[in-house]
Amino acid sequence: MIELYVLLVAMLAAAIVAIEVKDLLAAAVAMGIVGFSVAIAFILVQAPDLAIVQIVVEILAVVFFAAVLLRTTHRDSTVSRRITPVMVFPSVVFGFFVVLFGVIVAIALRELPAFGSPAMRVAGEYLAIGMEQTGAANLVASVILDFRAYDTLGEAVVLFTAVVGVLTVVRQLGRKEDKGREE
Amino acid sequence: MVPFLACIVLFLFGLYAVLLKRNIIKIIIGFSIMEYAVNLFFAFAGFKREALAPIITDVGMVRNFVDPLPQALVLTSIVIALATTALMLALAMRIYEKYKTFDIAEIRRLKG
Repeated sequence: MIELYVLLVAMLAAAIVAIEVKDLLAAAVAMGIVGFSVAIAFILVQAPDLAIVQIVVEILAVVFFAAVLLRTTHRDSTVSRRITPVMVFPSVVFGFFVVLFGVIVAIALRELPAFGSPAMRVAGEYLAIGMEQTGAANLVASVILDFRAYDTLGEAVVLFTAVVGVLTVVRQLGRKEDKGREE
Repeated sequence: MVPFLACIVLFLFGLYAVLLKRNIIKIIIGFSIMEYAVNLFFAFAGFKREALAPIITDVGMVRNFVDPLPQALVLTSIVIALATTALMLALAMRIYEKYKTFDIAEIRRLKG
């Protein structure tokens, strides 16, 4: 498990870079490092399906960021500013929230089963009867497409809504030349 | 317990970016980092030591698998995260076209 800890440290370092670096393209690339580290961590915790999806999604996300930043600007003019009075109130709220969050996490982690030995109350049944009931050798597929198919339907609805939203926002309003392409 | 704590710290980094950064792209990156942290937390919560990925390769095999349920939930969550990120980026692009800046303090001044 030592490789997992190395990955987690790399992830946290890349997250700090992504948040604090001045060039936004570099920030997007650092975010990509976090995402690909997450993909490798998924492989280490025996979740190959998640790793495949995460890699594809991460490539698309970095491409989207690069497309938007190359079309606009990639210099973050807000990084090197002095601390302004406007920032004081959000900082205090954030500090208060971190303390509250820490207390709740401390309580919650005591209830959580230790890392490496999950409770598996529902999953035990899926593991026992999943293949016989659904015919899927991949039990993750049997859960998303059969036992919890309504979740996947909801996901498809959210995905459709988001795609419609993106097309609506990105569409040019003067639609003279692309009249035949959309609507 | 250490992997869970690392996820929580990663989540707080993302939250810091969302609440205290003034650049819209940094805020979107913060959202993405929070999503990674939550997905990773779920995958860690279903991890079982010395167990295999939940794929049956042989009918008679001993079914010592990691928990497939959090993996299935995270699978849907990853795709939704991409869709919401794309929507936020599209809105950010439109905001830049109108105000010529990503700084939310400048955008606060309403224009036309």
